[in-house]
Amino acid sequence: MADTTVIEPLTPSHHAPRRTRRGLNERKEGWVALFFLLPNSLGFFVFSAFPIIAAFVLSFYDWDLLLGARFNGITNYLQLFSDDVFRSALLNTVYFVVVSVPLTVVIGLAVAVLVNQPLRGMAFFRSVFLLPYITLTVAIALVWKWLYLPDVGLINQVLGVFGIHGPAWLTDPIWAMPGVILLSIWKSFGYNMVLFLAGLQGIPQNLYEAASIDGATRWQRFRYVTLPLLSPVTFFVVVISTIGSFQVFDQALVMTQGGPGVATTTLVLYIYQVGFQSYHMGYASAIALVLFAIVFAFTLIQFWFQRHLVTYE
Amino acid sequence: MSSITNTNGTGMARKSSSSKRRRRDLLMAVSSYLLLAVLAFITLIPIFWMILSSFKSQNEVLHFPPTWLPEVWHPDNYIQAINFAPFGQYLLNTLFIALTITVIVVTTSGMAAYAFARLRFRGRDLLFLVYLSTLMVPGQVTIIPLFILMRNLGWIDTYQGLIIPQAFSAFGTFLLRQFFLTIPYELEDAARIDGASRFRCFFQIIVPLAGPALASLAVFSFLYQWNNLLWPLIMSNSDATFPIAVGLRNFQGQFANVWNLLMAAATMATIPVIAVYLFTQRWFVKGIVISGFGGR
Repeated sequence: MADTTVIEPLTPSHHAPRRTRRGLNERKEGWVALFFLLPNSLGFFVFSAFPIIAAFVLSFYDWDLLLGARFNGITNYLQLFSDDVFRSALLNTVYFVVVSVPLTVVIGLAVAVLVNQPLRGMAFFRSVFLLPYITLTVAIALVWKWLYLPDVGLINQVLGVFGIHGPAWLTDPIWAMPGVILLSIWKSFGYNMVLFLAGLQGIPQNLYEAASIDGATRWQRFRYVTLPLLSPVTFFVVVISTIGSFQVFDQALVMTQGGPGVATTTLVLYIYQVGFQSYHMGYASAIALVLFAIVFAFTLIQFWFQRHLVTYE
Repeated sequence: MSSITNTNGTGMARKSSSSKRRRRDLLMAVSSYLLLAVLAFITLIPIFWMILSSFKSQNEVLHFPPTWLPEVWHPDNYIQAINFAPFGQYLLNTLFIALTITVIVVTTSGMAAYAFARLRFRGRDLLFLVYLSTLMVPGQVTIIPLFILMRNLGWIDTYQGLIIPQAFSAFGTFLLRQFFLTIPYELEDAARIDGASRFRCFFQIIVPLAGPALASLAVFSFLYQWNNLLWPLIMSNSDATFPIAVGLRNFQGQFANVWNLLMAAATMATIPVIAVYLFTQRWFVKGIVISGFGGR
């Protein structure tokens, strides 16, 4: 579906006459191009591209806002290996990703299939399911924090009705992360639903008809038509959910501030603490670059798959 | 199951199987609705809970068992919350910051995207590659150098410090370029032959045709900025510049367990985005799809 957008509309018939004019056009259009580009490119280089390079440089410095900068080579990176909080933050983030991504993807897909049926009122349900995604994270994390309270929280009271003695959630080192994950799933499955819906609507209807004529059951149609045809979309959703989840921050900050102990300290939360509460800017940059390396790896995997994955189109 | 019906030869069997199928479809529809209703209920509980609790008294929010509807409605919770922290100011700050960023993003990215999609100039592909490569870098990598830059510029705790660094990511340019490429060349070529300048082409052909894409980017960027926490958390440190997300977080620090006031504040922070979402949903959904798939 989205493949159509990258097709450069340079048809052969266009190509031939263009080439003769090209040299002249290029010179003449240089100034026009500059006019169109300048406002954006200026801001882009100063506030987007340059800071990326600066982050690399900074990660080799000991920079604490008050004392100024001192070059210290790879010390920051070596320090990562002996930093227990960093190790916890990395592991916590991986834990968050490994649990929340599969669940948001599966729930997103299931809900997309449900609301993709030709039934009345589906538009309403779609709106409802996307609603959590747009609510302010700080506000809604606050609500969940209250819902999670061990004694007066709604969740444990509901569990109590079924005779289940709920855990202490955010104040329990074991249950705090599942609590953060649950909120995150609630918040983002609707986003995945939208992407899956776009994918589902790209599957030709006649394939389903053909499968029905061949006597395929509903489940068989899903298993042998929908799932394989949706696999590029699914893969894509998994990758962007993974990249997004590695950057989890807001909910951890509001609900637990990384605690109890360091049970919910995520990579970005740790970057924030090191950089803006302890003001070790150089070390914080080194941690940020670890995050970048992880995201970069997933981006590469994605590029590789796009080249090699069968897309059935 | 339906494979059995196909092997059945007689008309009688086919008839009864088709009514069986209709019954199964109905059952499927009913169970789908039931499932959807339960899911929708779970999805909406936290939001309803927030709104309803914001009207309860301080005793009632701690009631056991909890009440759904407030026994006595307390709209004065909102006045109390505003008396403790200037939420009106926070909301105006957020609106101003998010709107300004959105306007800058849409206009400058639109122009740059036009240059990348339609104009021929030296170094175009290289420059675009630079834009593209920054898309792989998570925003948290740049906040530290940006913060130092802001400090040197003296932009800490200012509107420009909250706005300008957030308004020039490669994302919008990339998104719009992909969309502009799908607009047929013929339209513009015809206008060019009639003597229209590139500027006229941009404003009179590309911009009108790209309306939905521009609207999607605008809605997406606005809602994203409304929700943005990390950058303003670092940048602003006074009521004059706090956006609602940071204001609410500070409020939480002061009124940790006053749940009715916290919920009133949270509701004030959330209702505006929900309203924007309900009115612009179509573009927002489109924005998710085109940004999600990013023209890949």
